[in-house]
Amino acid sequence: MLLGVLGLGVCLVLSLDVVSAAVALAIELALLPLLRIPFRTLLLRTSPVLLAVPLTGLSIALYGRASGREWFDLGFAHVTDGSLVLAVATMLRVLAVGIPSVALFIRADPTDLADGLAQVLRLPARFVLGALAAIRMMTILGEDWRQLGMARRARGLADTGRLRRGASMAFALLVVALRRATTLAVAMEARGFGAPGARTWARPARFGRQEWAAVAVLVGIGMVSIAVAVAVGTWRA
Amino acid sequence: MSVADAHAARIEFRDWGWRYADRDAWAVRGVDLVVEPGERVAVVGPSGAGKSTLLRAVAAVLPDEPDAADDTAAEVRGSVLVDGAAPGSVRGRVGLVMQDPEAHTVMSRIGDDVAFGCENLGVERSETWLRVRHALDVVGLDLPLDRSTTRLSGGQRQRLALAGVLAMRPGALVLDEPCANLDPNGVVQVHDAVRALLDDTGATLLVVEHRIGTWLDLVDRLVLLEPGGGVVADGPPAEVLRTHGDALTAAGVWVPGAEPAPGSARRLHSTPDGAQLAAALPDGAQLGPTLLHAERLATARGRRQRVGTGIDLTVTRGQVLAVTGPNGVGKSTLGLTLAGLLRPAAGVLRATEPLADGAGPSPSAWSSRTLAARIGTVFQEPEHQFVARTVRAELEAGPRALGLSDPAARADDLLDAFALRHLADANPFTLSGGEQRRLAIGTVVATRPPVVVLDEPTSGQDRATWQAVVDRLGALADSGTAVIAVTHDRDLISALDADRIVLTATGATGVKDRDTTTGDAR
Amino acid sequence: MSTGAPTTTSTERPVVKRSLRWRVVDIVVASVLAVAVGVVFKLWEYGYEPLSAAVALVLPGTQALFGGVWLLAGPIVALIVRKPGAALYAEMVAASVEALLGTQWGWSTLEAGLVQGLGAELVLAIFLYRVYRLPVIVLAGAAAGLAMGINDSVLSYAGYDASFKAVYIVCGAITGAVIAGIGSWLIVRALARTGVLSSFAVGREHAKRRPSSAA
Repeated sequence: MLLGVLGLGVCLVLSLDVVSAAVALAIELALLPLLRIPFRTLLLRTSPVLLAVPLTGLSIALYGRASGREWFDLGFAHVTDGSLVLAVATMLRVLAVGIPSVALFIRADPTDLADGLAQVLRLPARFVLGALAAIRMMTILGEDWRQLGMARRARGLADTGRLRRGASMAFALLVVALRRATTLAVAMEARGFGAPGARTWARPARFGRQEWAAVAVLVGIGMVSIAVAVAVGTWRA
Repeated sequence: MSVADAHAARIEFRDWGWRYADRDAWAVRGVDLVVEPGERVAVVGPSGAGKSTLLRAVAAVLPDEPDAADDTAAEVRGSVLVDGAAPGSVRGRVGLVMQDPEAHTVMSRIGDDVAFGCENLGVERSETWLRVRHALDVVGLDLPLDRSTTRLSGGQRQRLALAGVLAMRPGALVLDEPCANLDPNGVVQVHDAVRALLDDTGATLLVVEHRIGTWLDLVDRLVLLEPGGGVVADGPPAEVLRTHGDALTAAGVWVPGAEPAPGSARRLHSTPDGAQLAAALPDGAQLGPTLLHAERLATARGRRQRVGTGIDLTVTRGQVLAVTGPNGVGKSTLGLTLAGLLRPAAGVLRATEPLADGAGPSPSAWSSRTLAARIGTVFQEPEHQFVARTVRAELEAGPRALGLSDPAARADDLLDAFALRHLADANPFTLSGGEQRRLAIGTVVATRPPVVVLDEPTSGQDRATWQAVVDRLGALADSGTAVIAVTHDRDLISALDADRIVLTATGATGVKDRDTTTGDAR
Repeated sequence: MSTGAPTTTSTERPVVKRSLRWRVVDIVVASVLAVAVGVVFKLWEYGYEPLSAAVALVLPGTQALFGGVWLLAGPIVALIVRKPGAALYAEMVAASVEALLGTQWGWSTLEAGLVQGLGAELVLAIFLYRVYRLPVIVLAGAAAGLAMGINDSVLSYAGYDASFKAVYIVCGAITGAVIAGIGSWLIVRALARTGVLSSFAVGREHAKRRPSSAA
C-alpha cells in the first residue's frame, strides 16, 4: 500500500497543472467510500491537509512564478494569471496526494506493515521491530502527556507562559520516553531480541492479491490523470 | 513441545561484583551463590544492595560493556555462570520479568507478544503458535490471540509477560519485584501463574520482592544481601526470618507478622489520650468543617469514557479518606476529579466556602494558581510532576507560581522536613524512587493546601520508604490537612486509620474504619 | 554485556573500545526517541502553519526558519546513540510517525525525512562517527537544513520563483545549524543531566558521578 501511494505521488509530481490534479482528486473522492472510514475520523485526520490548502494556495498566488496578466503588485508579491493557475493546481495536488495518504494510513495496521517491510522488502529486522515497538509506545506516551499537563495545572503552573510550558512538558516527555525505552530494551533483550542467529516470523507477511490490487488502483489513478491532462493539452512538466 | 528442552538451569556466582558506569561505589561485590537446577530462591536486601543487578546479570541484560582500561565504563569482577557458560551465550535459557507491567509489552496483540520470544530464538512457525497457546493456558490468561494489549490490567500484563517467557521454554525464571505495582488481586494472579509455570517447566526460580510473604510458599531458600557486599544469610526461609528478622525489617523487607499497627502513623490516634478522644466521637462526627462535597458524581476520562457513577461523599478537614475498589473501577479517575483536574461527567462536586475561599464552588473551573493553593495532587509517577532542574528549585516552584513572599524559606524547611537537604542541588530525575516520592509530596505541601490528593502513594516501595511516606501523610493529617489517597494498600489504610470508600461500578460505599477486619470485596 | 570473564582485574578483549555495532538498547532508544520527536513534530505542525503563513506573506522564503524543528530527530538521536545510520534512521522513523498521524504532505514527508537524514548522516560519516562535539553537530544540522531547503524547493515549492527558492535554501541551512545543531546539543546535554542517559557515552560525559546512595 505504501508503494501505491508512492506511485501515485510520483505521477502527480511530474506535472503541475489543474486538470491532472483535478481528475486524480475526483477519482479518489469517488473511490473513498469503498474504504469505509467513519466520516468524523476522516475529517479529523485530514484536518491538517484541509487547513493547509487555502494557505498554500494564497502563498503561491502571491509569490508563484509570474506569467500572463498581472493583477496585483506589492513588494515581493505579484499576483498574476500564471500564479493564480499555479495556486489552484497546487491546492488540488496537495489534496490529491494528501487525502489518500491519510485515508490509507488510517487503515494500516502497524504490525502488518512491519511484517511486510521486514519479510518482503527485507529491511533489517532489528530496526523494523524496534520502530514497531516504539510506535506501540505512542499511546502510552500520549497518556503520559496528559498526566504531565494535569500535574502542571495542579502545581499552579498552567495559567501563563504557554510556549514555555509546552517546551518544559516536551522535555519531560522525552525524559519519560527515554526511561520507558531503556526498560523496554531490557525486556526485549531478555526475550532474545538482537541475539545472534536467524530469526523466524510467526506471522507470514501478506502481500497477496488485495495489496497488488490497491497498488494497481492507485497507480492507475495517476496514469489516468496524466493521460487526461495530455489529451486536454494542459500538461505542463 | 519437547519438555526435554526445558531442563532446569544451574546458576552460579563466584566472587562476583559489578560497578555501574555512572557510580563510584560497587553495586554488589563478592557474591558467592549457587542455585542448583530446579531450586527456588528468594533474594532480599535493602534498596541499593544490588538485587536487581544480580538478576540482570543472570539474564545477561546489564547495560554496559565493562572495560577495566576505561574508568568511565562499568567494571566487573568474578564470574556469573548459567549452566556453566556466560549468560550472554545462552539466551533464551533465562526468562526475566520486571516490576513495571507496561515495560514488557512489545507487540500490540496478545498472541504476537507471546510469540516474540520464540521468533527471536528462531523457533519454527507452527511450533511457535503451539507454544503460545500452551503458555497462555498455563498462566491462565483466557483471551483471544488477537486481543489488543493496550487495555490490560497490571495483573494481566504481568501474566502476559510470564507467558512470553514461558513460550521460550526457559531453564530459569528470574523475577524482579513482579508484584510491586499490582493490586492484591493482581498479586494473587501472578503468584498462581508463576506456580503453574514452575510446575509446567520445573525451572529454577530466582525472585526478588519486598513483600516476601507472597512467595514464601514457593521458595526453598531465602538469601539476604548487603549493600555493596555479598551474601549475609542463606537458608530455609523460616530459619532466616527467625534469625535475621530485625535486620530484614530494617532492610526494607515486609516480614510477615511484622506489619505496622493500625493507626501507627497518627499521633492523635495512637497515643492513649488521642485514642480516647477519637473513640469518644460518635460515628460520622467530623473533625472539622466539610471541605468537599460530591453528590451523584459521575466521573469520566475524556469525552467518551465514562467511568464511575452515583458517587456521594464528603471530605472534612483533618480526615484521611482512602478510595479503594477493584482494578479498573475508576479510582484514579475519581481522585483526579476530586482534585479538580478532570471535569465531572455528571452530578455535582462542590467545594465549600472554607475551601473555596471566594473562588467559586467548582474545582475544575478554578484557575491553576487558585487550584494549587487549595488542592494539591501527588501523581502516581513522581517524575510527571518535576519541572525544575534542582530539588531546591522544585520545592520553590509552587510558592513562586503563587506569588508567595517566602519561597526560599519554605523550601529550606521542607528540605529538612523531608530529609532531602543533602540532595538540594541534585537534578530531581537522578533521585531514587523513594527520594522522588518524598520530593513530590514536598512540592505539593509547599503551597500548604487544605486538601491533598494522592494517587497510589505507596506502590512498589520497600518497607523503609513506605514508612517514611506514611509517617509524612500521618503528620499532614494530624496538622489538619484533608488527605485523600487512592490506594489498594491495606497497610496504608490501617496505619493511617483512614476512612474507606469502596468504589463499585454503580457508586461508592463508605466503610467506617475502626475495625479493619471487615473484608473488602475481592 | 558478557560478564563471564573468569578473571579478576584485567580483561583481554580484542574489541575496539567503542564498537560501532548497534546494541539492543541503541535500537530501542533510537526508535522511541524518534517516535517521541515525531509526536512533537506533529504538535509543532499545528503551530507551524499559522506562524509560517503569516511570516511567509511578509517575507517570502523565510518560513524555512521555522522548519528547523523537523530536523531535530536526526542530530538528537545521533548524539545519544552514536552509531552509523542513527541520524538517517531517526529522521525516517520520525517522518513515518508524522505520516501515520496524517500530514498534508503524505508520502513526501518520508522522502523529506530520507533526504534530511542523509544530510546529517553524511557529515557524521565524514568524521567517521567518532566526533560528536558541538561544531560537528552544528555542521550536521546545517547540512540537514540545506538538504531540506533544496528538497522543498524542488518538490513543494516548484511553482515559486528563483529568488524565493534562494532565500528558502539559505534559511534552511541557518535553521538547521541553529535549531537542529545547537538546539539538539543543548537538549541532549539537559537530558544527560537528568541521568536518564546513563547507558550511553553522552550520559557519562555530562552527568556527575554519584556515589551510590541508600534509598
